[in-house]
Amino acid sequence: MTGTASGSLRIRELTAGYGGPAVLHDVDLDVHPGTIAAVVGANGAGKTTLLRAVSGLAPRCTGSITWEGTELRGTRVEDLVRRGVAHVPEGRGVITELTVEENLRLGHLWRKDPADGRRAVAEVFEMFEPLARRRASAGHLLSGGERQMLAIGRALVGRPRLLLLDEPSLGLAPKVTAQIMALLRHLRDETGLTILLVEQNVRSALSVADRGIVLSLGRVVVDDDAGTLAADADLRHAYLGF
Amino acid sequence: MDRFIFLTVDGLSRGAVFAAFALALVLIWRGARLVNFSQGAMAAATTYIAYSVTTASGSYWLGLASAVAAGLVIGALTERLVMRRVDPSRPLNAVIAALGIVLVIQAVLGILYGSAYRAMDVPFSRRPLSIGGQAVLSPYDLFVFVTVAIVMIALGLMFTRTGVGLKMRAAAFNPDMARLLGVDVGRMLTLSWALAGAVGGLAALLVVPTELGAHPHATDLVFVYAFTAAVVGGLDSPVGAVGGGLCVGLVLSYVSGYSGSDLSAVVILAVLTVVLLVRPAGLLSRPAARQV
Repeated sequence: MTGTASGSLRIRELTAGYGGPAVLHDVDLDVHPGTIAAVVGANGAGKTTLLRAVSGLAPRCTGSITWEGTELRGTRVEDLVRRGVAHVPEGRGVITELTVEENLRLGHLWRKDPADGRRAVAEVFEMFEPLARRRASAGHLLSGGERQMLAIGRALVGRPRLLLLDEPSLGLAPKVTAQIMALLRHLRDETGLTILLVEQNVRSALSVADRGIVLSLGRVVVDDDAGTLAADADLRHAYLGF
Repeated sequence: MDRFIFLTVDGLSRGAVFAAFALALVLIWRGARLVNFSQGAMAAATTYIAYSVTTASGSYWLGLASAVAAGLVIGALTERLVMRRVDPSRPLNAVIAALGIVLVIQAVLGILYGSAYRAMDVPFSRRPLSIGGQAVLSPYDLFVFVTVAIVMIALGLMFTRTGVGLKMRAAAFNPDMARLLGVDVGRMLTLSWALAGAVGGLAALLVVPTELGAHPHATDLVFVYAFTAAVVGGLDSPVGAVGGGLCVGLVLSYVSGYSGSDLSAVVILAVLTVVLLVRPAGLLSRPAARQV
């Protein structure tokens, strides 16, 4: 589904916000090619703002965000997909007035090769059978799980190299969350997709991630191997609440 | 019964024009969440351009083509030069800017052409044809129906079958997400304004020659009726604009045919009020999205 696994995301001294006090302060982190980095933390820690800053959706932003060795800051939001970056925002961003098929088509319209775009849509329908059955249904008729599948599928038809994924488990049943996490693991292992995952469901996120990053009040307080983080009782009690 | 049939056909003919004009309003509402109060004045300007070209060339069709082209340009320029620079967080600013455009356009037209009505020709006879001894519709009415139908079908196909149409819909419904998917939302908005300008210009050219002719205020009432049509149908709904336009045309025709034209504006106001009270989002608005 995805391109080459040469991608590396490097963030340095990132301070970002929306015009008032900064939400993120001097954030440094790296996401290595073909890995999943899970960013966890309490509500208001700045997780969503981190992804929005990478995408260019956070209006006040200083510091450096490099992707595949090139600065991302200053890139127009609409050009991000052309740099191989796909962002599935909080709330999934399914355009509910459009059908499933139209949402998926939208994911590859920017590409020069329409035939490959159609192939990518067919691959998504193979990957997510419920979407294939509901291809003509409007987005507002889908369940939460189906919408999440559609949002991820739509990102994948652009054949990204970096996937920014914001709270994919939000509002989903544990079984569906597990399926989503298994899918992320599959994408990483089989296609080399690099994933920056923001998640409140810490256990699920750390179960698939290679790296765990804890944000607290807009600052990185822990950046460690995900397995180590999940196993360290002191860290978990201090920052993750379990 | 004969009169009823005549009034029905006449109402549908006028309604088709209101539908096209209402569609122009819907195009901009969906893209910018703004009622384009300058739509009427923009259409008045394109009508004068058609008048000038037709007068100079002697060709109605050249005038029509120039009106459509001018509508595209005026619409695009209005968006790029004025509306894009208005702070979107204060919707009233856009309304004031649109009203300012109305004043500027009408003043310029007044300076260039004066305030006298300028009669305009139509390409086909307006004398009703008889079917079985019953006066039904004129060749010009038929021309209006066919023209509006072609525009509606072309726009419908563009929105549902082409990539540009899909991008325009995405940009209108969810601009942030559309941008994340590579859609140049600003360009789509310019295109919406350009199309609205062209459709509005065409609609005005279909109706203005059937009244007193070109005048800086010739489209003021058309705008009011079209706005009513758009609100009745639902500002978010192109199909609603068409249905609303036809309804308004029929109501106007019946009221002026049976009670006199003095009551028309009052009845339209009553229709607008009832719809706003009973179904504020319009008769054909989409139900709210399921929350999950």
